[in-house]
Amino acid sequence: MESVWVPLALSLKVAGWATAINAVLGVAAAVALSRWRSPLRDLVDAVLTLPLVLPPTVLGYYLLVLVGRRGVFGEWLSSLGIELVFTWQGAVLAATIVAFPLVLKSARAAIEGVDPQLEHAARVLGVSETGIVFRVTLPLAVRGIAAGVLLAFARALGEFGATLMVAGNLPGRTQTLSVAIYEAVQAGDDDTANLLVLVTSLTCVLLLVIAGRLVPSTRQAVR
Amino acid sequence: MSAPLPGSLPVTAPPATTLQVEVSKRLDTADRHFALDIGFSSTSRRIALFGPSGAGKTLTLRAIAGLLRPDRGRIVLGERTLFDVAAGVDVRPQQRRVAYLFQDYALFPHLTVAQNVAFGLARGWRNPPRGKSHDDAERWIDAFGLREVRGHYPAEISGGQKQRVALARALATRPDIVLLDEPFSALDPALRARMRAELRALQTSLEVPMLVISHDPDDVAALADHVMEIRDGRIYAPAA
Repeated sequence: MESVWVPLALSLKVAGWATAINAVLGVAAAVALSRWRSPLRDLVDAVLTLPLVLPPTVLGYYLLVLVGRRGVFGEWLSSLGIELVFTWQGAVLAATIVAFPLVLKSARAAIEGVDPQLEHAARVLGVSETGIVFRVTLPLAVRGIAAGVLLAFARALGEFGATLMVAGNLPGRTQTLSVAIYEAVQAGDDDTANLLVLVTSLTCVLLLVIAGRLVPSTRQAVR
Repeated sequence: MSAPLPGSLPVTAPPATTLQVEVSKRLDTADRHFALDIGFSSTSRRIALFGPSGAGKTLTLRAIAGLLRPDRGRIVLGERTLFDVAAGVDVRPQQRRVAYLFQDYALFPHLTVAQNVAFGLARGWRNPPRGKSHDDAERWIDAFGLREVRGHYPAEISGGQKQRVALARALATRPDIVLLDEPFSALDPALRARMRAELRALQTSLEVPMLVISHDPDDVAALADHVMEIRDGRIYAPAA
């Protein structure tokens, strides 16, 4: 039984960190992209959305090239005492990047769905552009953002490919749920695999139900 | 107005403020080419731009408020130049001290009546608190008879109350001029007449100039001394 709870706890920790980071960076990027008037905007949006369509193994490879020990930033990170390969922090990095577009897309749609008239009203009332973001735009977009954050959490929880490439498969240290499932199946340990799969599925169903309840409500009168 | 406005209301403007507007703007979209070319000057405290929808009335208001950047021209309110292409002046909407009453009132749906009224008085990144708010806001809440609904959300109040909230919110910031975009179009006819009378009473008790745009001759007759007709993006004839 212990072999089930360890990877579950690790998965929750990794997905939790990845989600917290994405909630800040994804929403900030969504605000920036929705305000930015530049021909480069579509290109930046495409690059930031890339993790949604690229195979996770490709992302994992990019990450190794960038932050691996012999990677572009590897030496610099080592000198700062930051070790990402074969660590749970590396799993957080992988999960963060894979789930990032989900927050970005949902948040941007929600932010651009806010009636521009309300933002104009705030402007004329003397509130600064930053004030408008925090006092009008984000409160009115909060449900769409929350739905995206939940989706990102579910995606981070199930991350496999990039995590395996970057963080590896060290039981108790970097072996998350989905990696543990793979190992259990490879080892012919069907009982463990069944339990892990059931726990993962139930968690994801629960998250999707909550996310689904948040999204349609944005069309109703929001408080 | 349920209660007469107290004389100590925090709105003052120098008498006989001149509003001078000379702006032009080309708007080209796939299905519409529109040229706005507006020029007028007024010292009246009760001004109206009258004309059919699509004539450029709202565009003119937005230009005065700073929500639309004209291609050419200048906008001067009293002593202050708000916009002047030649001089490179374009005061941000936040600094224009121009209040704007939107056609559908644009009340913040996530804030209570009291928070809406106090919105422009709260600086920084946080909305005014739900409880006791700024004294000025409380005075306006009383002046517009909104005490009973101060904790309600916009979705929970009537059309007439929404308009009062929008007016209170606009006036609480002590603007130099109030721009009103079709102020009664969101109301049913019976209420329209009542709110028109309320606004007219408000005009006599406040010093602040008001510029109304409307397609309704009754609005113009009740709310303006200086009426200009606008058609196809131009001031058509300075009607009496």
